[in-house]
Amino acid sequence: MKAILSILWKEFVQLRRDPKLFPVIFISPILQLLLLGYAANLDVKNIPSVICDMDRSASSRALLDDFINSGYFSVEARVEGMDEIDRYLDHGDAAMAFVVPRGFGDKIAARRKASIMIIADGSESQSAMIGVNYGTMIAARTTQRIIFEAFERAKGLGLKPVLVNAEVRVWYNPELKSRNFMVPGVLGLILMIMTTVLASLGIVREREAGTMEQLIVTPIRPYQLIVGKLLPFVLIGLVDATFVISVARGWFGIPVRGSVALLYGLCLAFMLNTLGTGLFISTISRTQQQAMLTSLFFILPQILLSGFVFPIENMPRFFQYVTAIIPIRYFFVIIRGIMLKGAGLSELWDKALALIVLGTVILALSVARFRKKLD
Amino acid sequence: MKALPIASVGPVMRKEFRQIRRDTRSLIFMIFLPAFLLLMFGFALNFDVKHVPLAVVDQDGSRASRELIEKFGTTEYFDLKAAVERPGDIDGLMARERIKAALIIPETFSEDLLAGRSPSVQFLLDGANAMSGTTAAGYAAAILQSYSQRITLEAMDRRGLGGATLPLKTEVRVWYNPELRSARFLVPGLMAFILMVVLTTSTAFSIVREKERGTMEQINVSPLRPAALIIGKIVPYVLISIASAHLVLALGWVLFGVAVKGSYLLLLLTMVLFLVSGLGQGILISAITRTQQVSFLIAMLITILPTFILSGFVFPIRNMPAVIQAISYLIPAKYFLIALRAIILKGAGLAAFWDQVLMLTGFGVLTLALSVALLRRRGEDGSRRRRRAP
Repeated sequence: MKAILSILWKEFVQLRRDPKLFPVIFISPILQLLLLGYAANLDVKNIPSVICDMDRSASSRALLDDFINSGYFSVEARVEGMDEIDRYLDHGDAAMAFVVPRGFGDKIAARRKASIMIIADGSESQSAMIGVNYGTMIAARTTQRIIFEAFERAKGLGLKPVLVNAEVRVWYNPELKSRNFMVPGVLGLILMIMTTVLASLGIVREREAGTMEQLIVTPIRPYQLIVGKLLPFVLIGLVDATFVISVARGWFGIPVRGSVALLYGLCLAFMLNTLGTGLFISTISRTQQQAMLTSLFFILPQILLSGFVFPIENMPRFFQYVTAIIPIRYFFVIIRGIMLKGAGLSELWDKALALIVLGTVILALSVARFRKKLD
Repeated sequence: MKALPIASVGPVMRKEFRQIRRDTRSLIFMIFLPAFLLLMFGFALNFDVKHVPLAVVDQDGSRASRELIEKFGTTEYFDLKAAVERPGDIDGLMARERIKAALIIPETFSEDLLAGRSPSVQFLLDGANAMSGTTAAGYAAAILQSYSQRITLEAMDRRGLGGATLPLKTEVRVWYNPELRSARFLVPGLMAFILMVVLTTSTAFSIVREKERGTMEQINVSPLRPAALIIGKIVPYVLISIASAHLVLALGWVLFGVAVKGSYLLLLLTMVLFLVSGLGQGILISAITRTQQVSFLIAMLITILPTFILSGFVFPIRNMPAVIQAISYLIPAKYFLIALRAIILKGAGLAAFWDQVLMLTGFGVLTLALSVALLRRRGEDGSRRRRRAP
């Protein structure tokens, strides 16, 4: 125990030697959180659009008003012909265009099929898809209006249009704010980046500086060395978790509906995984640069395949299987479950079990490798 | 007499190359990691919201309710995962994320339809992920709408009121990406993101390592000027990253069919400017830190999340609050991504994105100039201290 404490002490002294380390460790999570909380916003509104009304009839104006008044689109320009739309989209001055062809009003009046065109800039990630969805939805609503007007005229026949109402209820995040999803995610990302990077560099640094040999010739046992080395990072992780949770609650008003103790407990379980990965990286790297690039190799795929932004159910089957061994995937479900859904161990036990099993295996393998290297 | 900067760049470059060659794994990572990541993400990720796992509670059990459920099940947007008896059973499924949405059809559904009343159904949604939640709600509304329209038109048809066709047809055209293939949005975004992270991390150690090992003092007492040191350090990495960026481009073309529509020379120009910006950012980090540990942490923290969020890769920048939009000007990947999309997907000329090129140039020059200024000050501090010492 004393040996562990002395290693622990040495680690803290070393960490304190670089005066920039603590600000980076403790302030950056908060900055990241603020950034993400305000920037991660997919609620697409006011998509810059171009309107091209070649018909200029009452019905074409009514239709275009439906688009404009929806709040999803803002009119950047009204143009005369299709060819003018090019310039706006090429330069990125507009992302969508609505075109009503000549003869539209006459066709509607004659109860023949009329058509309109929605053009979207497909190069810009999701706004095009979201814009197209909104556009077709509004067009469908207009269709309904036209049908209803036909009914109005045929009122004498005693027919009523049927409309299946959808009572939509959104659970856990009634206002559908992206922030409520992204901010809890930061907890996982920060914990992963911090602890993996610190753990992977901590040991390689001793090797690079040549002090590893000195540690080996002391009477300290390998397990004491590992515990003493990794424990400071566990503490750093817990402090960061506290910061992130308090800012999420205090500043963004994101609730923690479930048990806070459970959340911390599972943070620890998650750190088994990240510290294990860090330790593993340090056993296969000679220099800090190598360790760093190797960490990227482990961290980036985990982030993007974790379901953080890209839902796992949309991935091809093969990658869905791959995500089964990504610990942060389970951790995200756990954080969301505890914070937003108020879930407890009875709902989350399988995810928690996965975290613990994966973590134990990774850490055990890395420790074994590390001890072999020491001998 | 100090040596001319230009003449002393050569030896620094040679030294850097030799050091890079010595560490084969880092070299391999710098060249192949971006391509590998693109390969993986290009196949794995997409922005579509499809196959939302859905549970249904059919309390009506009529032909009409089954028809409606079938309408949901046959679209690619929803996957029927469970049919449960009671609405109460949904809670557990949703909390465990077995399902993300649920449709509840009440007992009176078919009765209302027959009587010509407008029935209601309940659609429950897991809103935790707002992005896919909003989209799923939209799909559900569209499905219900088309279902109601069909029923209405059928009723009209029975009464001999005009054919059962919809009066309005919406033609959707997506430019630059007609099939709305995710790869076409994703590949440029992933290129900018992956390169940014790898570039900054590649040089984040460069100067700080010399400090940690004590070789910085040797450089300080040599006649080498800071500018020559920085240029000599960055050039080898620019060459390596040009190779890795081309690998990424080639992969995007061969595997994901994202060909370069515009001018290759323009692409090369913006690419080099972007590479210099990313590498310069790494050098700047290494100039202000004292240990590699801190400089790597900073490199990761300022590239991974901020690039991901503020480059316009996933989240549209114009939706962000003004302050955040202002911060996004500090993200070089943002400029590169706009230019990349313009060149690769739209085939646009310099007129469409000259401002981005200008900003990239400014960013690269600024980071390198700041690094040089920092080194110069450090160097002078050092020599002053040395002079004071007896």
